[in-house]
Amino acid sequence: MSTIKIRAKAGDKVTKVSALIEHPMETGMRKDKKTGKKIPAHFIQEVVCELNGTVVLTALWGPAVSKRPFLQFKLHGAKKGDIIKLSWVDNKGEKDSAEKAIA
Amino acid sequence: MINMKRRTFLKGSVAVGAVSAAMGAGLLTPRVVLAAWPSNAFKATTVDAALDALAGSHAMTRSDKVQIDAPDLGENSAVVPVKVFSQLDDIESISILVEKNASPLTASFILGPGVEGFINTRIKMGKTSNVIAVVKAGGKLYSAQKEVKITIGGCGG
Repeated sequence: MSTIKIRAKAGDKVTKVSALIEHPMETGMRKDKKTGKKIPAHFIQEVVCELNGTVVLTALWGPAVSKRPFLQFKLHGAKKGDIIKLSWVDNKGEKDSAEKAIA
Repeated sequence: MINMKRRTFLKGSVAVGAVSAAMGAGLLTPRVVLAAWPSNAFKATTVDAALDALAGSHAMTRSDKVQIDAPDLGENSAVVPVKVFSQLDDIESISILVEKNASPLTASFILGPGVEGFINTRIKMGKTSNVIAVVKAGGKLYSAQKEVKITIGGCGG
């Protein structure tokens, strides 16, 4: 199961791309209530969005982006059937990517 | 040492991505291609220091061509929706900073070809603070800000 859900819909002028990523986005400041120990930081640092293989948006994130991060942007010059690819890398080196054809 | 490896790994993956992106587009500027996670900017404890580390300057101009949309009252401080709009030309990046978070820089989006001056995302806030949108366009920084009230343990009152 991918951690990434993408929705990309072509409109009259722009294509609206929305993405939701399953990720805890731990800040490293929160404490485990049972043990009292800090929960180590675990957050996405970089998200790259590509349109047909060309990078169109690079998101650099810190730990203050919400858990289950949401991202939406608008793209000119894309059409139905074009491929949107989204990839992320977190501070532990974990990563995932997903692709979706524009509807 | 684990951390060092990660840094090397990150640099490596960015470089590989950069080569393929450059071949695919031939349009991207080197600055966009060589973007790496700016840890100094994300660790900075003031807005000015974060912008210095991120953009090389914190000289911002308030602009009505930058708008920020966030709630007056953040009912859930862990999920505050923020939208940034900008009608400026040649937008290079859109960054979101929370003035009173321990580390103000929350997110920075580097816009490539064809991306409209619009970003919608969700952020965490520690307490009531100004949320600042900074748009870099034509090498200069333009900003807009909005105060979001956070009621600790609140029920929206």
